[in-house]
Amino acid sequence: MLIPHPLLGLRDAQEFTYFGDASLLDRPDGMAEGASEQFHDYLYLRDNPAGEHQELWFHEQGDRSWLVVTRNTLTHEIFKVEFATDVALARRSAT
Amino acid sequence: MKYSAARLLWEGLTGHKGWGRTWRDPEPKTHYDVVIIGGGGHGLATAHYLAKVYGIRNVAVLEKGWIGGGNVGRNTTIVRSNYLLDGNEPFYEFSMKLWENLEQDLNYNAMVSQRGIMNLIHSDAQRDAFRRRGNAMMLHGAGAELLDAEQVRKEVPFLNFDNARFPIKGALVQRRGGTVRHDAVAWGYARGADQNGVDIIQNCEVTGFKIENGKVLGVETSRGYIGAGKVGVAVAGNSSKVMAKAGMRLPIESHVLQAFVSEGLKPTIPGVITFGAGHFYVSQSDKGGLVFGGDIDGYNTYAQRGNMPVVEDVAEGGMAIMPMIGRARLLRMWGGIMDMSMDGSPYIDKTHIDGLFFNGGWCYGGFKATPASGYAFAHLLATGSPHETATAYRLDRFKTGKMIDEKGVGAQPNLH
Ligand SMILES: Cc1cc2nc3c(=O)[nH]c(=O)nc-3n(C[C@H](O)[C@H](O)[C@H](O)COP(=O)(O)OP(=O)(O)OC[C@H]3O[C@@H](n4cnc5c(N)ncnc54)[C@H](O)[C@@H]3O)c2cc1C
Repeated sequence: MLIPHPLLGLRDAQEFTYFGDASLLDRPDGMAEGASEQFHDYLYLRDNPAGEHQELWFHEQGDRSWLVVTRNTLTHEIFKVEFATDVALARRSAT
Repeated sequence: MKYSAARLLWEGLTGHKGWGRTWRDPEPKTHYDVVIIGGGGHGLATAHYLAKVYGIRNVAVLEKGWIGGGNVGRNTTIVRSNYLLDGNEPFYEFSMKLWENLEQDLNYNAMVSQRGIMNLIHSDAQRDAFRRRGNAMMLHGAGAELLDAEQVRKEVPFLNFDNARFPIKGALVQRRGGTVRHDAVAWGYARGADQNGVDIIQNCEVTGFKIENGKVLGVETSRGYIGAGKVGVAVAGNSSKVMAKAGMRLPIESHVLQAFVSEGLKPTIPGVITFGAGHFYVSQSDKGGLVFGGDIDGYNTYAQRGNMPVVEDVAEGGMAIMPMIGRARLLRMWGGIMDMSMDGSPYIDKTHIDGLFFNGGWCYGGFKATPASGYAFAHLLATGSPHETATAYRLDRFKTGKMIDEKGVGAQPNLH
């Protein structure tokens, strides 16, 4: 698998470590009402779709950036790659 | 029909014309007491024990493809009961006992071969950990032996004992472990279930559930609606997809695991050998092929094929412990979709929906569990309470802090 890094172009997936669903960016507020329930869902439950999946990859052996890769889990086709910081900031300003 | 040596002789003399079907191919009925989704090892074993042990015979197994087309026909066939934790070891030992009597129970040759499993030790710390695991195994009656390097050398002299990075210092051995012919397990359970009246319905994909007032009433399938008193889901890698149709999110990610087989060789490897410093395991099939594998690819996927880096990693593991493997040519490789759970241990539990039960999260170790999983799931479906060896496999264990993390790596499915 080759991952089209936004700055570095096509990079071998071997240079990255995989972390999982990009929902892990949406950390619940620990002070909120029902936080323990929310943390359970956040940490342990997954949509795990067959098809389009947004996921976190860390360019450990490259520029050490965190990326959000949008990928098809049935074909391994990659649709979009963004910096995780950009995605997190966009999500934060949307809420 | 009962299979026996006399029958084989008779059929041999009369041109093998009398064997007949191994199981029927019935049309689905409109309603069953229990519908099991997934005709893999676990679904079929569940049906067999439901009918034979718990006397519930109005049962259907719905399989979207064909029997044995899923992970039950794709695994590396290793069976063992060498776990450490209390939640796991009694369950896997129960499974081992069922394996030991499986062929008599099913009247089917599943080629259960207790050729032993040897986990290699490469450091002092690892010996300590394996000694502890061996003690846990002995406490549960599974049996274990700790060998030093010389004893290992006597049994498998061809290993690379003096590898500069990973010298072999000994091994933890379970003599009762071994291999079982995987397809035969699926076929044997299918035949056993069928003989007790279970309908095995292939090419029948479940596409939805009918749920009213918090109770499941039946399933929508590619062959029409089928009503059910209870529904048991055992679809391995497709667990999240199927349970999403009941509105549930699971503590599961789907990942691919690859396996490899070499050309047929003369008898070389006596039992199962696992590398302790990397992830590599190998055995030899009765046809002579070396059957081996390693880690999962490590990212979410539903494609039943993996990528090259893992092939390289597995080959390196093989070369590190057993350099002679480099002379063998690879014949075939394939992948299967693993239902990786959050702590590496499975779930056999009821759900918040009345009558809907779930079995999954088997990771890459569910083949050895097939008999106990089927037995325990049948017990749960029949009695409503968990089997005594499977009480820890709850879906809500992350809420209660009772996870069963054999490897101690936390909620990171691709590390288990
Ligand atoms: C390469 C590889 C090596 C492995 N090696 C080992 C090993 O050495 N030892 C070990 O213990 N375990 C091993 N495993 C794991 C083991 O094979 C699995 O954990 C186990 O087989 C899963 O249970 P099952 O047999 O019921 O799954 P499956 O055989 O996958 O059964 C699930 C069935 O559900 C069906 N299904 C899915 N969705 C639907 C639907 N909507 N409607 C109807 N049917 C549906 C599928 O078609 C499938 O047939 C390995 C797995 C793989 C892939």
